Amino acid sequence: MAKAKTNTEDYLRMYRQMVRIRTFEDNANQLYLSAKMPGLTHMYSGEEAVAVGICEALTDDDRITSTHRGHGHCVAKGAEFKEMFCELLGKAEGYCRGKGGSMHIADQSHGNLGANAIVGGSMGIATGSALRAKLQGKDDVTVCFFGDGATAQGLWYEVMNMAALWNLPVIYACENNGYSEYTKTEEIAAGSIMARAEAFGIEAHQVDGQDVLAVNELTQKLVARARKGEGPFFMELMTYRYHGHHVGDINRAYYRSKEEETDWKDNRDPIIRFRAFLVEQGIATEEEIEAMNAEIEKDATEAVAYAEKAPYPPAHEVDMHVFAD
Amino acid sequence: MREITLSQAVNEALAEEMRRDPTVFILGEDVAEAGTPFKVLSGLVEEFGTDRVIDTPISEPGFVGLAVGAAMTGARPVVDLMFGDFIYLVMDQLCNQAAKQHYMSGGKLTVPMVLRTNLGATRRSAAQHSQSLQALVAHIPGLKVALPSSAYEAKGLMKTAIRDNNPVVIFEDKLMYQDKAPVPEEEYLIPFGEANVKREGRDITLIATSSMVQVAEKAAELLAQEGIEAEVIDPRTIVPLDEKTLLDSVKKTSRAIVIDEGHQSYGVTAEIASRLNEKAFYHLDAPVLRMGAMDVPVPFSPALEDLTVPTPEGVVENARKLCAGELIHAA
Repeated sequence: MAKAKTNTEDYLRMYRQMVRIRTFEDNANQLYLSAKMPGLTHMYSGEEAVAVGICEALTDDDRITSTHRGHGHCVAKGAEFKEMFCELLGKAEGYCRGKGGSMHIADQSHGNLGANAIVGGSMGIATGSALRAKLQGKDDVTVCFFGDGATAQGLWYEVMNMAALWNLPVIYACENNGYSEYTKTEEIAAGSIMARAEAFGIEAHQVDGQDVLAVNELTQKLVARARKGEGPFFMELMTYRYHGHHVGDINRAYYRSKEEETDWKDNRDPIIRFRAFLVEQGIATEEEIEAMNAEIEKDATEAVAYAEKAPYPPAHEVDMHVFAD
Repeated sequence: MREITLSQAVNEALAEEMRRDPTVFILGEDVAEAGTPFKVLSGLVEEFGTDRVIDTPISEPGFVGLAVGAAMTGARPVVDLMFGDFIYLVMDQLCNQAAKQHYMSGGKLTVPMVLRTNLGATRRSAAQHSQSLQALVAHIPGLKVALPSSAYEAKGLMKTAIRDNNPVVIFEDKLMYQDKAPVPEEEYLIPFGEANVKREGRDITLIATSSMVQVAEKAAELLAQEGIEAEVIDPRTIVPLDEKTLLDSVKKTSRAIVIDEGHQSYGVTAEIASRLNEKAFYHLDAPVLRMGAMDVPVPFSPALEDLTVPTPEGVVENARKLCAGELIHAA
């Protein structure tokens, strides 16, 4: 495991945030399976080290754009369970007053410009946020999260070109979980994804997306350089999605094997790995970790119960927020 | 009052707003030194520099996407889309991203951006540089749509658009860039959703947008010679639409023709005619007529292209029939 030079408080917060994401997703999945959640959702479980490693290198002034698989980014950027579960259930107290739902959850108070249900749809928004920072002389950085599937969208090449031409403070973070919906990435991506960024003269890095410290260490370096005008950068984060493309994608044997799934879960899980590191380094005891896990589970259970009882938005809100005043 | 061209009016509006608000900037293809192919932006880069008048690659979805992100985070970009026809290239960024952010976020995110582009046929530019696509964007909740009909409107509506906290699409008539009109020296804004009664009349209402306002005014002059007094109304913005002014006029005249250069089917004319039928039916003495561009791709040959757009003579003929009580069937 890579060792970022940081303190134990940071380590414990990173662990905590990863467990919060996993716990949030386990609860969201249960809500879906028990038919309490309208619509569908896309689980981030397995990819926690990516969102946490990156967002822990950012401040609230730094922006992110997220994806349809966005709960992890939202939690990692500082969102609260209660408002998130309310949003997933379409309740008035949700981050978007129930109008966005899982696929559009946004939390601008922490710099999360929103999940986006168009694959690759936020690449322009992220790059535009970085353009604004440059034009206004601000030193905030924008991270654009997207999956390997989104690398097939033409928009990415247009905005990377402009970001590189103008040295914009944007980091393109490709979460390569091996699958573009129900299709292996190798079947949809010719050549090398890294080389596509490099073709624009963008410095590209590949990193183990299951190693939260490696992700955090790299992101810290790139963010610091982006703040100084050395951006943009590209990161390919090698990771894995434990669930299907969405919660209803249960029978997956036709596109990936149970053995493969088990191998990633048993041998490369980002939370298990980091937990072992924390204990081994004497940063936390097993008991302390169990207590933290239990506390997070309790928070989630309470937030779910709160959201289930929370009121729906009143009917008169249906045509509110079409236009801003 | 001094007269300036529509092109100068747009240029003045942008310069004034850029001086007033440092977050306003322009983004698009050949907007800086070239000042656009229509030279509408000439001189702006000299005053504001290349940080605020930014030349982009030929990447319409890309730079519209950048504008959305910049607008969501505290800037007021004005995007220059060289031809209205290119709207098809930017539909996702405009309609899925810009238009919906405010609603999807429950009112937390705003997208104060302007997309300025153009419309209008008869420039012999054929099917991919001549379309009038305002109906496409007017259909999308969350987008405002302005259609200036002269230099005066072009300046006042642009200034309002830049200060608006929503995505606004402004279509300028590309054949009107060199047309002059009286424009005050002193600052003014034209509020959205306020139609302009260009000419009063008692017999028939001609509701016309953008390029078609001139057509309607010419038709009204011809009709006056025959003793038919036409009222000409320019809605100026179709989203929001000043229904009241249109309805008040139709209730007075009992007849209406709606004229817009977009394709006639499923278009702006259909929407306005429908609202008049729904809300003023018992005041009508004749069916409300639509006059849009012919439902064909715009042809290149002048001999064909001129047949595709409404003309003053065509409006006169229809108005005459409506006033004579002749039932008109769509040709």
